[in-house]
Amino acid sequence: MEAITTPTGELRSVPALLRRNALEFAGRTAYREKEYGIWQSWTWAEALAEIEWLAMGFLALGMDRGDHVAIIGRNRPAHYWAMVAAQMCGAVPVPLYQDAVTEEMAYVLEHCGARFVVCGDQEQVDKVIDVQERLHQIEHVLYNDKRGMRKYDHTHMNWLHDVREEGRVAHYRLEEEMHKREAELNYDSTCVMLYTSGTTGKPKGVVLSNRNIIETSKNSSEFDRLGVKEEILAYLPMAWVGDFIFSVGQAFWNGFCVNCPESAETMMTDLREIAPTYYFAPPRVFETQLTSVMIRMEDASAVKRALFRHYLALARRIGPAILDGKPVNAIDRMRYALGEFLIYGPLKNALGFSKVRVGYTAGEAIGPEIFDFYRALGINLKQLYGQTEASVFIAQQPDNEVRPDTVGVTSPGVEIRIADNGEIFYRSPGTFVEYYKNPESTASTKNPEGWVATGDAGFFEPDTGHLRIIDRAKDVGKMADGQMFAPKYVENKLKFYPDILEAVVFGNGREMCTAFINIDLTAVGNWAERNNIAYASYQELAGHPKVLETIRTHVEEVNRSVAQDAMLSGCQIHRFLVLHKELDADDGEMTRTRKVRRSVIAEKYADLIAALYDGSDSVSTVTEVTYEDGRKGAIKATLAVIDAATVAQRPMKAAAE
Amino acid sequence: MSVPADPYVTEDGRQIGGVLMEMKNITLRFGGVVAIKDISFDIREGEIRAIIGPNGAGKSSMLNVISGFYHPQEGEVRYKGALRPAMKPYEVARMGVGRTFQNIALFEGMTVLDNVMTGRLTKMKAPIWRQAIWRGVAEQEEIHNREQIEKIIDFLEIQAIRKTPVGRLPYGLKKRVELARALAAEPSLLLLDEPMAGMNVEEKEDMSRFILDVNDEFGTTIALIEHDMGVVMDLSDRVVVMDYGKKIGDGTPEEVRNNQEVIDAYLGVAHG
Repeated sequence: MEAITTPTGELRSVPALLRRNALEFAGRTAYREKEYGIWQSWTWAEALAEIEWLAMGFLALGMDRGDHVAIIGRNRPAHYWAMVAAQMCGAVPVPLYQDAVTEEMAYVLEHCGARFVVCGDQEQVDKVIDVQERLHQIEHVLYNDKRGMRKYDHTHMNWLHDVREEGRVAHYRLEEEMHKREAELNYDSTCVMLYTSGTTGKPKGVVLSNRNIIETSKNSSEFDRLGVKEEILAYLPMAWVGDFIFSVGQAFWNGFCVNCPESAETMMTDLREIAPTYYFAPPRVFETQLTSVMIRMEDASAVKRALFRHYLALARRIGPAILDGKPVNAIDRMRYALGEFLIYGPLKNALGFSKVRVGYTAGEAIGPEIFDFYRALGINLKQLYGQTEASVFIAQQPDNEVRPDTVGVTSPGVEIRIADNGEIFYRSPGTFVEYYKNPESTASTKNPEGWVATGDAGFFEPDTGHLRIIDRAKDVGKMADGQMFAPKYVENKLKFYPDILEAVVFGNGREMCTAFINIDLTAVGNWAERNNIAYASYQELAGHPKVLETIRTHVEEVNRSVAQDAMLSGCQIHRFLVLHKELDADDGEMTRTRKVRRSVIAEKYADLIAALYDGSDSVSTVTEVTYEDGRKGAIKATLAVIDAATVAQRPMKAAAE
Repeated sequence: MSVPADPYVTEDGRQIGGVLMEMKNITLRFGGVVAIKDISFDIREGEIRAIIGPNGAGKSSMLNVISGFYHPQEGEVRYKGALRPAMKPYEVARMGVGRTFQNIALFEGMTVLDNVMTGRLTKMKAPIWRQAIWRGVAEQEEIHNREQIEKIIDFLEIQAIRKTPVGRLPYGLKKRVELARALAAEPSLLLLDEPMAGMNVEEKEDMSRFILDVNDEFGTTIALIEHDMGVVMDLSDRVVVMDYGKKIGDGTPEEVRNNQEVIDAYLGVAHG
């Protein structure tokens, strides 16, 4: 690992880091993108040239200091360059979620007052044009992919490549201005503005300064001993703070290589080809991968299946211990080595995890089963706890101190305080500057001393110093009989079953808990295929009696497990129903980062919730759905409400409370 | 007819040129069966031309005449102004006519990439012994061909299945691969035999989009047979309607839709 020796005094902005990299790591690969079936690459020196040309092109178009530049598209080098180029011009890059529907996009574009919008392709341009009809503030639309764009009115539209060319040929004229603006950047100037999806209300623009991004990148890189040789795959939404920290902050700080996949569908192939050393994924990605491995193993020959089972059991028993360097007897070590040769190695290769040195998961709780599976294979998968407002890192797990039920120790440079009601507060160099144009929210989230309320309830384990998160502080409630109600705790247990994609538990202020369940179409569909169960639609499969029966056994298992915990045994699910549609961000039922919006669901499905509590056997409903292009439709369904067996609470425990 | 004889620009800004292919009084018989009876029409450069008609109307036969697979007993085919003699299908392909088939005709065991690569066969100039030596001409040619194909793969958004054997693909994607293979030959006239047969609404929308994009971006002239009237009316610039081997209508979708003979053929009319 090569240590960074450059004094940090001058590295006060992302463009400054870029210039250092172009000097120190000139010949090292900075970006790779798969295009036309081949990995195209750019060195740091080339990346600097590209970004400068783009920045001068922006200047030629009249970009001013403090302008907001929206970037909407999938992870592509040109989009990252546009963000840094905007910063070079003294403007503020604002990456947006590319799957956002027009309404959401309109709000954000209006709120930040974007004059420039960089779009990935025609689809995004169309949305921006729709928005523009109402806003009239966007002055230039730039697009990266030319396809289908020929017939558009180009009075206020440019191909990104043309802008770059313009900047390149005009460099004598514009270089001076660019350097001048770049020199004005310091630790306090805004590096990026990111909109938090927010489980409640409208999105808020989180302003992050160069200090936030660079200090956080420095601290977290040191924590995991990241270096210039790391390879990462940039595939998570560019609008998400994590991607900005990993693909811009840490990449620029360390000078490592950012790889961009060819398209969303080729992600898994590209992952295997790149074999990143540093990898980040939300639990959902790990879940999907595990589900697909398990499904494919079901179809494998008996010998392969037996081998897989045998070595997987071995790995689960000793794999984590070997990973953590704990003592394991020699025979087991030899068996594990054989397993590595026969099963683990090829499997890790197929998953693209052959070289992962540090892997992180965050955003949601990950199932212990899933977590252990990857660690058993020898993949150093860890958890972290973070927020956009903290530039990601609040707590993270150090190597060899990894457990599925905690989120690790306080990240370097961060201070954590637990309030009396259990809510977690933090203060760090990464703490955001403010919410853009929203001083009330800023004041209610961040106090004058810089402490930020996370809204999560948790506690430090006395023995280990690890932080444990219970639930969203505002979601933790009380049931009618005064018992504690922590919906997420139960939902996570349910979601650990591959059949269950999503669960929403109700019961705050009521006498019993009930739940909505979403089946996982991949897992249940595969099961249906193997059992010769025909179905025509998601709705039909979700209502199949055999599926309902399976889900009921899952719910009852969860009830037994919940009953173990004296404090939470009241959260057992008495009645549930399987929803006829997937909860979807397009319908506002979830955030873009796939967190359940409880209030929206409670309102939208009030009739279903009523049926859960009034004792009826079934309920008919009509639900409005939004298609990807923004059109609306409605689906009708009759859903069965199912009773699940619960475990009686032992009076002894109740008395102990 | 409302379509002008001179080159013109369509409402959506596409350039329609002169006559690319002309059918004059074509009659095709199989023994005693007359499949096509004295049909004349033309296909102009840059347009999307549809041939429609009820089952057994002779649409596929017509397409096979255009592609040179059938040789009509009477009438003449003029391509780029010159009379086209009876040719082998591969000779027609070399002249720049590409096609897809009603029943997908791909090599099931080969990958998508290899299948599309076969479309470049007419473009390979290196003699067989140079290909055996590989280094040099053959290698350069292969690299160039692969580059062209990758552009098509990117265009049709089939990157994710590049290395997947065609046999493992669902129907809709196979159709797209077939289109890719036809495009690989860089045809000036592309014949599509029921490109949307057996597809669901979403797949049809995708395919329509691709057909329009191909026409728009590459300027490829397209002649297609299709059953879905909605698709035909949306896509094409001009439509030929056939029934019982005869031409009963020819014109813009609007004209054809209001043609009484066409309405009768589709909705049925009391005979006698």
